[in-house]
Amino acid sequence: MNHFKHFTKGILQENPALVLLIGMCPTLAVTTSAFNGAGMGVATLFVLTMSNIVISAIKNWVPNKVRIPIFVVVIASFVTIVQMTMEAFVPGLYKSLGVFVPLIVVNCIILARAEAFAQKNSVLDSLLDGLGMGIGFTLALTTLGGIREILGNGSFFGMRLLPENANTILVFILSPGAFIALGYLIALVNKLKKSK
Amino acid sequence: MEYLIILISAIFVNNIVLAKFLGICPFLGVSNRVGTAAGMSAAVMFVMVLATIVTYLLQKFVLDPFHIAYMQTIVFILVIAALVQMVETILKKISPSLYQALGIFLPLITTNCAVLGIAILTIQNDYNLLQGVVFTAANAAGFGLAIIIFAGLRERIELLGVPKGMKGFPISLIMAGLLSLAFMGFSGIVK
Repeated sequence: MNHFKHFTKGILQENPALVLLIGMCPTLAVTTSAFNGAGMGVATLFVLTMSNIVISAIKNWVPNKVRIPIFVVVIASFVTIVQMTMEAFVPGLYKSLGVFVPLIVVNCIILARAEAFAQKNSVLDSLLDGLGMGIGFTLALTTLGGIREILGNGSFFGMRLLPENANTILVFILSPGAFIALGYLIALVNKLKKSK
Repeated sequence: MEYLIILISAIFVNNIVLAKFLGICPFLGVSNRVGTAAGMSAAVMFVMVLATIVTYLLQKFVLDPFHIAYMQTIVFILVIAALVQMVETILKKISPSLYQALGIFLPLITTNCAVLGIAILTIQNDYNLLQGVVFTAANAAGFGLAIIIFAGLRERIELLGVPKGMKGFPISLIMAGLLSLAFMGFSGIVK
């Protein structure tokens, strides 16, 4: 039961993108469509889970003073793995995410979870924490990407919802739309949290 | 002319924060006061130019000749982290007054994705060293421009009656969206 809580807290209560408000750069940048958002979310989910496992496994051998560089090397290694895998198997997605794939390494969520959770807890708990946080992040990115894609392009995961020549609100897939959509989404989450 | 195009395109048309979404964390985090925003942008300018020069030389003289370009991410992030630490130590020794002004911002910069992002973009865009430095400095200036305008807006909005649910973060994001909309007016100046 206790283990289960580590898993669920990241999805809603402490959702990294919508409640803790960390990892904003990829959240805003890659959510031009639901597919891009989901792709970025899954890549982050993998790096977060793997680095949480490794860091909690080696935590007893890491000297406290040099822990940050060591964590960063662990994270960067997994990011490189993701980068090469994506380039080989989903080149289209890799291209549209662009510079934000290597930038997973400086995504504050990953280092924050390593610092705040993985280096103090067991491997199993860290695995669950990484999975939960990663899924929460993926859900937030997919939701935001979906909203922007529907409003700006009239489609969802590439499927057309509106006829080809319908007037869509183009600004939502451009950069200002990212800020505005995320602003309203967070306001909605705040409202829901308060009414609970 | 070519440098002018890089300059204008990086500051106004493809603004690093408002169009490329790099460096959002400090943009939202330290933009409460115009003074701190200016300090942060000075520190970012300093570190970013230095980081681009070092990572560029590393890429051209170490990673490319030995065919280990896939190590780019790991090498760059370590170099930037070490660089920031070094700048902090040196600044503390030789210019305590500058350290006092910039010091608190330096550790924050390591996790600033703008520094790593621009270092990687410089390589990806195939710039030479001078173009890379101009590109980086222009991007840092664009960051400064955006964050200082934004801090000014936030100082004003504190005085307004914002709906409860929108207070704080949501209203800031929507304001950033409007600012970004304004910057879109520059598009088309440079291709």
